[in-house]
Amino acid sequence: MGLFDRLKAGLQKTRDILRTDVRDLFRAGDILDDGLLEDFEGRLIRTDMGVAAADRITSRLREEHGGRTVDVDAVWETVRSELRDLLKSDDATAWDPDNPLSPLNKADSGPTVILVAGVNGVGKTTSIAKIANLLQTNGNSIVLAAGDTFRAAAVEQLTMWSERLGCDIVRKDSGADPASVAYEGAAKAVELNADYLIVDTAGRLQTQKNLMDELEKIRRVIQKVIPEAPHESLLVLDATTGQNGLSQAKSFSAAVECTGLVLAKLDGTARGGVTVAIRQEMGIPVKYIGVGEGVDDLELFDADGFVDALFAK
Amino acid sequence: MFEGITEGLTNAFSAFRGSGKITEGNIRDGMKQVRTALLEADVAFDVAQDFVRNITEQAIGEDVLKSLRPDQQLVGIVHQGLIDLMAGDHTLPLKRDGVTVLMMCGLQGSGKTTTCGKLARLLKEEGHTPMLVAADLQRPAAIEQLKIIGEQVGCPVYHEDPAKSDPVQVCRNGVKQAKAGGSTIVLLDTAGRLGIDEELMKELQRIDNRVAPDMCLFVCDAMTGQDAVNSAKAFNEALELDGVILTKLDGDTRGGAALSVRAVTGVPIKYVGVGEQLDRLEQFHPDRMAGRILGMGDVLSLVEKAQQEFDEDEMLAQQEKMQQGKFTLDDFRKQMRQIKKLGSMREVMKMIPGMGKVVDQMGDMNPEDDMRRIEGIINSMTLDERHNPERIDRGRRNRIASGSGVEPAEVNKLLKDFNSMGKMMQDMSNMSLKDRMKAVKQMSDGGMMDPNANIQEKKIRSKRGPIDSIQLRDKKKKQRKDARKAKKRNRRK
Ligand SMILES: Nc1nc2c(ncn2[C@@H]2O[C@H](COP(=O)(O)OP(=O)(O)OP(=O)(O)O)[C@@H](O)[C@H]2O)c(=O)[nH]1
Ligand SMILES: Nc1nc2c(ncn2[C@@H]2O[C@H](COP(=O)(O)OP(=O)(O)O)[C@@H](O)[C@H]2O)c(=O)[nH]1
Ligand SMILES: [Mg+2]
Ligand SMILES: [Mg+2]
Repeated sequence: MGLFDRLKAGLQKTRDILRTDVRDLFRAGDILDDGLLEDFEGRLIRTDMGVAAADRITSRLREEHGGRTVDVDAVWETVRSELRDLLKSDDATAWDPDNPLSPLNKADSGPTVILVAGVNGVGKTTSIAKIANLLQTNGNSIVLAAGDTFRAAAVEQLTMWSERLGCDIVRKDSGADPASVAYEGAAKAVELNADYLIVDTAGRLQTQKNLMDELEKIRRVIQKVIPEAPHESLLVLDATTGQNGLSQAKSFSAAVECTGLVLAKLDGTARGGVTVAIRQEMGIPVKYIGVGEGVDDLELFDADGFVDALFAK
Repeated sequence: MFEGITEGLTNAFSAFRGSGKITEGNIRDGMKQVRTALLEADVAFDVAQDFVRNITEQAIGEDVLKSLRPDQQLVGIVHQGLIDLMAGDHTLPLKRDGVTVLMMCGLQGSGKTTTCGKLARLLKEEGHTPMLVAADLQRPAAIEQLKIIGEQVGCPVYHEDPAKSDPVQVCRNGVKQAKAGGSTIVLLDTAGRLGIDEELMKELQRIDNRVAPDMCLFVCDAMTGQDAVNSAKAFNEALELDGVILTKLDGDTRGGAALSVRAVTGVPIKYVGVGEQLDRLEQFHPDRMAGRILGMGDVLSLVEKAQQEFDEDEMLAQQEKMQQGKFTLDDFRKQMRQIKKLGSMREVMKMIPGMGKVVDQMGDMNPEDDMRRIEGIINSMTLDERHNPERIDRGRRNRIASGSGVEPAEVNKLLKDFNSMGKMMQDMSNMSLKDRMKAVKQMSDGGMMDPNANIQEKKIRSKRGPIDSIQLRDKKKKQRKDARKAKKRNRRK
């Protein structure tokens, strides 16, 4: 069995556990008392959705079912509907589940630019490889821009992916100005009339003012070549991230107006619940999830599936 | 949501203020706030529950009911409780002769490779001869990454062609090579993996069995949420960890993962990573971490950070000028530029106890904008004007204003502020660090818990010397244990 099959098998296992999990907690016939509610609150907190969201859900459970005998299906339905509400908020981002490209904005004409940013080590470069693969298999031509000129061997890492995928890459030496790499990437995409340009950036913590300025500059410089760019500004979030994810979403949005999240590393035991809080406070939707290290391990985000997966053991 | 910790605690404890007494009832409310604070800091749910339960028992057992300032005492107990939980041996025991082998493990992207480089650099500085081994054959360009890092710190990197080798073989050959080549420490950089990935965890165990490293260090991203317990548990069960290194603490995460990982593995945190550069590795200080988790500010780190960023000679020169009242607008501009190097003003301010609230009150106000305007004004002055601001008359003022694009009134205000600030600085520069912190605190206005409670406590200890502080802690521990026993006895009655 190959590595990716193994990872997928692991994921399937956690999904199976889920099916029984919540039903284990709420057994028909029990009284939904404070003790049970506190256990359930723990369950919610463990998804990283944060105290506020967890409170909201437990309060609604208390209101609707508190003190009564548990009707498992009804309780579960309340939880799910509240969570789906939280995730979809006002504007329904219901994309076509059969078209994996449907969440992505597209340029009216010329290359569509996707800028990818995030804190260190979350999975930006790997996600770029996955998205490029997805776009390519749907018949698009891609140019990658190796905008991480800081981290050791980051350029080599993206180059290896471009070789595996067989797509164009614009790169400069390590230490070069990332904005100039992005600029040349945009110029190259226009020159080749490519369908997409995907710009990798170095990982940066959202508190590093100068690095956030640098990110803004990358965006401005791309606009010199392609004025409406970037059409997509994706923030990659590591599913293991806790409440700091909210701070990340705020700061990166302030710098490059994020249009969506990629939630990477969901193949582990982490649930990525902080995206619920981000959706709630910032309105930024999750567009894709990463479920492994290979190029095929990218899935379209589906709120219902995510809600189910939140409670996997 | 983020400021909930400082605020939550402040609110919880201000409820006690003036009441002079802690009842079981109001400690419950306060402790609920502590629990929320911990959860918002990403402390694992069960760990937070246990902690609150233990501390509650302890607080009542210690008879804080008679205290005059129960809020302070409670903060102290919570703070000390966190410290106790994270205390341990924070050094790396290295062999005197022969080769010490350290193995890094952790999730993908947690910072293993970078930390290998940081450790190698640190150990080299201490006189050891480290060698790096590239055992991550999975991530594209991982070997390349370690090679570059090895070059940067100036130590050899052992690697093999990934197509013809496997991680166990690389590690074994690496250690062999180290022994032959006279290295004293070997750092094994392994591939990142998920705790639930049995196949890859077995591979780590194979390295552990066949290479028998002296220590296995778990590298954990400080931004990790509730999942920290799961991965820490998995790695600990597979490898019996000896220590933890927490990375990316240079951000604004509360770092509750520190507590979670410590609680489930029982092994001490050895170092913390505070930046991408290879010199950004620091000793772990449980007291600072406790303060950070509680949102009590991280003054000591701030001081250290300032020392790192500031040009020391320049600082001394300026300090002297301040003392003599010779501080000019030129110096002021220099200082502003140095402060900017520390990072965002908001973040810097948040590190100061009690300032979190002030930052909140600033709303969208951006201190950087102010600094930029002020710098603009000073830039528009002649050198002579910067040294002798009293020479700036109406005509000059208008010229400066139009040069920097502000209203003349703003130039006036700057000159006035600078004048009064000069006096204040002259006073402050003659103060000790502690008094200066107090002054800052006074400026930030009261209305919050006393963040110095802990500092004062320390002062008393330091008078008794370092050994006494350990005895004191043991004594306190014993008291608490007795108290708990007594309480249990009482319950049975
Ligand atoms: N299990 C798993 N691992 C992933 C996933 N996405 C990325 N990774 C791994 O996480 C590690 C870091 O990924 P990168 O793509 O290099 O992350 P990055 O954000 O570009 O990192 P920096 O450039 O160092 O800031 C690599 O080992 C990837 O293989 C995922 O969805 N699941
Ligand atoms: N800001 C910050 N970044 C770090 C720190 N430690 C590692 N990193 C970054 O985190 C990312 C992943 O690090 P790496 O060492 O490749 O992780 P590995 O996959 O576990 O080997 C890189 O971008 C590093 O530069 C730290 O303490 N602070
Ligand atoms: Mg990268
Ligand atoms: Mg690595």
